[in-house]
Amino acid sequence: MRTSEVTRTTEYTPYHPRWYRSRVSTYWWLWKWPYLKFVLRELSSIFVAYFAVLTLVQIQALSEGPEAYAEFQEWMKNPFCLALNAISLFFVLFHVLTWFNLAPRAMVVRVGGKRLPDALIAGANYVAWVVVSAAVTWFLLRKI
Amino acid sequence: MTKNLPSKARRHPEPFLWTLFSVGGVVAAFLIPVHLVLFGLAFPLGWLELPSYEKMHLLARLPLVRVYLFVLCSLSLFHWAHRFRYTLYDGLQIKHLNEVITVFCYGGALLGTAAGAYLLWNFR
Repeated sequence: MRTSEVTRTTEYTPYHPRWYRSRVSTYWWLWKWPYLKFVLRELSSIFVAYFAVLTLVQIQALSEGPEAYAEFQEWMKNPFCLALNAISLFFVLFHVLTWFNLAPRAMVVRVGGKRLPDALIAGANYVAWVVVSAAVTWFLLRKI
Repeated sequence: MTKNLPSKARRHPEPFLWTLFSVGGVVAAFLIPVHLVLFGLAFPLGWLELPSYEKMHLLARLPLVRVYLFVLCSLSLFHWAHRFRYTLYDGLQIKHLNEVITVFCYGGALLGTAAGAYLLWNFR
């Protein structure tokens, strides 16, 4: 085991100075906006998971038949669900914003030996996002 | 460089889990908002007319739509698993429950993936 190897090398002996580790409060992220932003961004993942579960429940209702599906849609109309969905949307949009704004760091595109500006890459992501959203909406709402 | 590392370090699942997190982040960013606006707000609030059961059923039976839904749900869950695990680790500094948290996060994502696969594979 690697952990035991590590423990063995860090064993305390009378001749070895004690490691200095300053205590950090559990709420270290609460008092500074960039830290708070970081934790809120990370917490957006909870709402991503909520959406996945909600979608699975909807597929389940759809596979059970028209009554189950109607019941699911009725249940979605209660204020608690609507509030939860609105909060989820807020957090997911926060994820979108932070994700696309980081995209230029993750994908460096060079054209003719020159690096494309960050704004162009982030912008391309936003344009693609609008196109994809419109396509999904069209696919769902078109007449068959 | 990598040759000198012990074999265990090279077989670490972290890069694979990070890739799932990353691809899941892209999928979530591109697709979840439109789904959430439509099914979470616009249809229940009556801003837009909810497609009929027959139409939804017809769409969900298309193989490509089922693959799409499977990828959307599964990758979103793996994105959550990875990010949430590190939120607990860095944000709340819960380090003594490391194993429990890891099992809960990735286990949950696996469970959701299995449920999605079962539901969509057997969808009639």
